[in-house]
Amino acid sequence: MSRLLIKHGRVVDPSQRLDEGLNVLIVDGKVARLAERIEDKGTEVLDATGLVIAPGFVDVHVHLREPGFEYKETVATGAAAAVAGGFASVCCMPNTQPVNDSAAVTEFIRARATEAGLARVYPIGAVSKGLQGEELAEMGEMVRAGAVGFSDDGRPVHNSYLMRRALEYAQLFGVPVVDHCEDPSLTGKGVMHEGGVATRLGLRGIPAAAEEIMAARDVVLAELTGGKVHIAHVSTRGALDRVRDGKGRGVAVTCEVTPHHLALTDQAVADSEYDTDTKMNPPLRSPDHVEALIRGVLDGTVDCLATDHAPHHADEKVLEYDLAPFGVVGLETAIPVTYDLLVRRHKLPLRMFVALWSSNPARLFRLPGGSLKVGSPADITLLDLEARATVNPDRFRSLSRNTPFAGQRLKGWPAATLVGGKVVWRRERR
Amino acid sequence: MSVKAAPRLRGKDLVGIDPLSPGEIQLILETAEQMRDIAARPIKKVPALRGKTVVNLFMEASTRTRFSFEVAEKRLSADSLNFSATTSSVSKGETLVDTALNLEAMQPDFLVIRHQYAGAPHQLARILKSSVINAGDGAHEHPTQALLDALTIRMRRGGLEGQVVSIVGDLQHSRVVRSNILLLNRMGATVRVAGPPSLIPLEMDKLGCQVYTRMEEAIAGADVVMMLRIQLERQGRMNFPTVREYYDFFALTPERLKLAKKDCLVMHPGPMNRGVEIDSRVADGPQSVILEQVTNGVAVRMAVLYLLAGGHGEPTAD
Repeated sequence: MSRLLIKHGRVVDPSQRLDEGLNVLIVDGKVARLAERIEDKGTEVLDATGLVIAPGFVDVHVHLREPGFEYKETVATGAAAAVAGGFASVCCMPNTQPVNDSAAVTEFIRARATEAGLARVYPIGAVSKGLQGEELAEMGEMVRAGAVGFSDDGRPVHNSYLMRRALEYAQLFGVPVVDHCEDPSLTGKGVMHEGGVATRLGLRGIPAAAEEIMAARDVVLAELTGGKVHIAHVSTRGALDRVRDGKGRGVAVTCEVTPHHLALTDQAVADSEYDTDTKMNPPLRSPDHVEALIRGVLDGTVDCLATDHAPHHADEKVLEYDLAPFGVVGLETAIPVTYDLLVRRHKLPLRMFVALWSSNPARLFRLPGGSLKVGSPADITLLDLEARATVNPDRFRSLSRNTPFAGQRLKGWPAATLVGGKVVWRRERR
Repeated sequence: MSVKAAPRLRGKDLVGIDPLSPGEIQLILETAEQMRDIAARPIKKVPALRGKTVVNLFMEASTRTRFSFEVAEKRLSADSLNFSATTSSVSKGETLVDTALNLEAMQPDFLVIRHQYAGAPHQLARILKSSVINAGDGAHEHPTQALLDALTIRMRRGGLEGQVVSIVGDLQHSRVVRSNILLLNRMGATVRVAGPPSLIPLEMDKLGCQVYTRMEEAIAGADVVMMLRIQLERQGRMNFPTVREYYDFFALTPERLKLAKKDCLVMHPGPMNRGVEIDSRVADGPQSVILEQVTNGVAVRMAVLYLLAGGHGEPTAD
């Protein structure tokens, strides 16, 4: 029987409305007891003095690139980056090579994650075979193999008929369909947010409308079908308004926002003089959109935060702005970026912050973690809210370095990550 | 009140008009006027850049700009190398950065770059020791074009301040319009732009211009009308109906030109599409300074090279 006692920390668990100094006893990988005093005789002790003890953080939107693009990231390096960023669980998108549109690929990813033994990895399967947007992939087989949702992420489910059927069919398993909202005909060859900055830089723009049209469609289809739709990486005021309207009418629509869309604006492209680490899709938006996203987080319209961790090799990002691939890594900067911005700057209550990264996403995707209730898996993120550090990509566990936050000094970092009661990562003292 | 010339250029590169101060623009224009005199001499060459090497890296088709730079380099006695995308290792998959680093390993002093994608000169300027000169990047900037346009207006009008310059055409895809707005606005001119609403980028006014959709309003009372080429190669067929209809609404015809000031200058950065955005009677008419622009292009490019090499004052005669 393995026992671990986490002492002297401040337990913040939104699932139990807890925020108090408690000791946490873990027995055999599960939360066994929460109490002010727990006898520690003969028990291994983890001293959490000055730290927050939160349910293990969950990132429902990452790209682990394996199989097929192992030079960008593997399941093992992605899982290492996850735990080093404070994440106990991640959901990985299916745009690998081969595409995760079958039980075999789902099982392969799960096996790789088990070998790595770090974060829990929950595959999200493809909505359509080969991400081609033509016919439904075998969702049921993938759910049996461990898939927790479906998405053609990287591209939208463009065909409205297919989206309708996906939303209907996925109800058989109770899992959400995650949509990357974009009307590709409006995006065209755009590479950044369409607006004054793009005009000045002479770069082709991606209008906010490209995202909003698809988000509006998805809410309409979710209403029609009763299916669960989760809007990935919402980046515009209009898309968020569509989600808010839908929720107001009782539609099963949820959404996530990424740290970079909250913390940066399209001005970053100009300030960095075309640094391709500011290029992602959806693009960094103008300040009016960013302010709307922050309001959406504060008023609860945004269900969870997610990184859209999208590793790319330096050789791919060194190209001209038009030619470089879309995407930035996020796992190892997400917590300090969002803590610094939302809690310190915008006074988001800490309990809401923890919920956005743990209990909420776990609930949406029906994952086992996200709570410290007795009997729950002992997935725990320890946070050091006083820690200050500078983002240094050279220290990333991820294989890739494509972050727009390099050199930023941030406050509020993860201190340790536990998965199933095991300490899988601890921050080095510096 | 005219702007006082700066003593020197601050940066090692000329990636755009945007980073230049009015004093720096003034310095380039004043130096360019002196450079014009060199071309008027029987021996059109000074030793100012003797022993300096210039690489002309043209990743996009160009005749006028490339020749203009080459002539400028030769008149300053620089050694120049020409590199164009079709004959290079770019077609073998080499990245722009690798190409540039390889060229830099041969220790040139200048890299003149024309590229189809915005920002490419800025990306290179960050990593190269040599001076990078932007000869046009995507739909972003074409600083030496704006400088030669300014030189042309200045020489004809005695200055830029207070001039009303109307720029008409495909605003979306034009780097010339962006550099011109920034420069003219900075030097005290008033800039108006006009084009089909489907070819006007968002928030264009923020660059420092008044935006019109009716050409007639934009050119009324103007001192200068600058026509832009319709860039058919950069767009599909959805942005405006036909070239025929475009001519109807946006071509500079003798009738429309009458709306501008009587002595209004007619400019065009070239290459012209005669009968599309400009009527030949106007292009070849008495108000046209289109070929003067080309002549001034050499002088401006000489000035930029000379100043970036650290030159000041008048280049010594041979």
